[in-house]
Amino acid sequence: MKNLGAETVRPESGPPSAELLERLGRETELAVAACYQCKKCSSGCPLTFAMDLLPDQVIRLALLGQEEQLLSCRTIWVCSSCQTCTTRCPNRVDIAGVMDWLKEEALKQGKEGSAPEVAAFHRFFLEAVRAHGGRVSEAHLVRRFTLFKLWRRPDLGELLGNFKLGLKLMKRGRLRLAGPRALKGRAEIDKIFEPYRTQT
Amino acid sequence: MKVSYYPGCSLEGTAADYAASIAAVAPLLDLELAEIEDWNCCGASAAHSLDRHLALALPARNLALAEAAGLDVVVPCALCFNRLKAADQALGSAKKARQGLAVQGGLKIWDLLDYFTQDIFLERLAQKVIKPLAGLKAVGYYGCLVARPPAVTGKVDYENPRNLEKLLEVLGGSPLDWSFKTDCCGAGLALPRPDLIDTLGQRLYDRALQAGAQGFVVSCQMCQANLDLSQERISRKSGRNYDLPVLYFTELIGLALGHPQAQDWLAKHLVDPRPLLKRLGLI
Repeated sequence: MKNLGAETVRPESGPPSAELLERLGRETELAVAACYQCKKCSSGCPLTFAMDLLPDQVIRLALLGQEEQLLSCRTIWVCSSCQTCTTRCPNRVDIAGVMDWLKEEALKQGKEGSAPEVAAFHRFFLEAVRAHGGRVSEAHLVRRFTLFKLWRRPDLGELLGNFKLGLKLMKRGRLRLAGPRALKGRAEIDKIFEPYRTQT
Repeated sequence: MKVSYYPGCSLEGTAADYAASIAAVAPLLDLELAEIEDWNCCGASAAHSLDRHLALALPARNLALAEAAGLDVVVPCALCFNRLKAADQALGSAKKARQGLAVQGGLKIWDLLDYFTQDIFLERLAQKVIKPLAGLKAVGYYGCLVARPPAVTGKVDYENPRNLEKLLEVLGGSPLDWSFKTDCCGAGLALPRPDLIDTLGQRLYDRALQAGAQGFVVSCQMCQANLDLSQERISRKSGRNYDLPVLYFTELIGLALGHPQAQDWLAKHLVDPRPLLKRLGLI
């Protein structure tokens, strides 16, 4: 089964289970059971070329309780949250919302391995907001991500390219090394971050 | 007229040109932008991807600040707009008590393009154009999140928005039709997965060229960054020499209204729009 450029659904599916469906029903408003597999989500998705599961397959597998397969797939991390799928679904399934839920769940279970750089980028982003007292420091984010890349999978061409780009942006006043000043409401920001802190 | 203004983090950084052009053209339209004091990051893709509490709590603080000011809120960043709208919807109503976040809900939140292309402003603009953008052929590129999902954004024309085209016409330019105006540029994947941006960006350049465009007009700073900052790399990798400036609609307003600083904003772009504008006699 090959369609729209995505790879075949991997065979290691477990027996069908309603557990995931029940959990989504309990914890969220994500109604995956409404899907009738029209594949409109996958047809409109701009990133299928980089996915291992198509968006409609993600919904189907959620319905069948294939949590392991979903949490370890690449699709949830290459999804750019463009909301085309959610917008076009005739049954109002919030497909992009399901992707978000799966990302969060994968992170909680330490399973972001299929696209570590995307999960890391998001983590560094939130870290850069918290560390600078409420607004993101783009320079902090870039620095942190560069270190991660150097450590995990160095790509010298890419690094050099980013370095040159950074210089050009600085010259044009579009990248500030000094981060934003902490907000007056920094304590409120810390409080907002508290649950996230304890969890990660 | 006075509105609350939520610029968002990138307007203090990579989108400094957007910020400067907005600050310059608002007074030309008799609009006062009152920046929300002490606003914080909306959480962006990172928060809604990794933590559903942060995804609501970060924008909620801004909503509370905006509610205290009591004015409509105008947002230039598509993602911030989307996150503020989503939080406003999720937290207004009975749910707010459960979340423990003090938000009334129902605040009028505008994306900047929608605000600037209301009839009243288009009429004002039409009267104030002194340097029509004659001969400038461009495609309007809206990106994703000002339009989608309509259940959050409240947009009616989410598949085929037309306000960039309407605006460009008023400014004397030539908007071109194309089918990719709301396709995704890859957004926040630019740093972690530049390979994906290569594919998405090249697709957009090729389609814009097929439509006969000399450049893009955008209203989202993420789209601008991805199309502008990646163009040299994509050109190199693909062996094509793309030269498609990516202009903010506010920069074009400034140009057409003869704002003296317009060239300073354009100088911040990586794909320099000035040679094209000189060729057309617009600067």
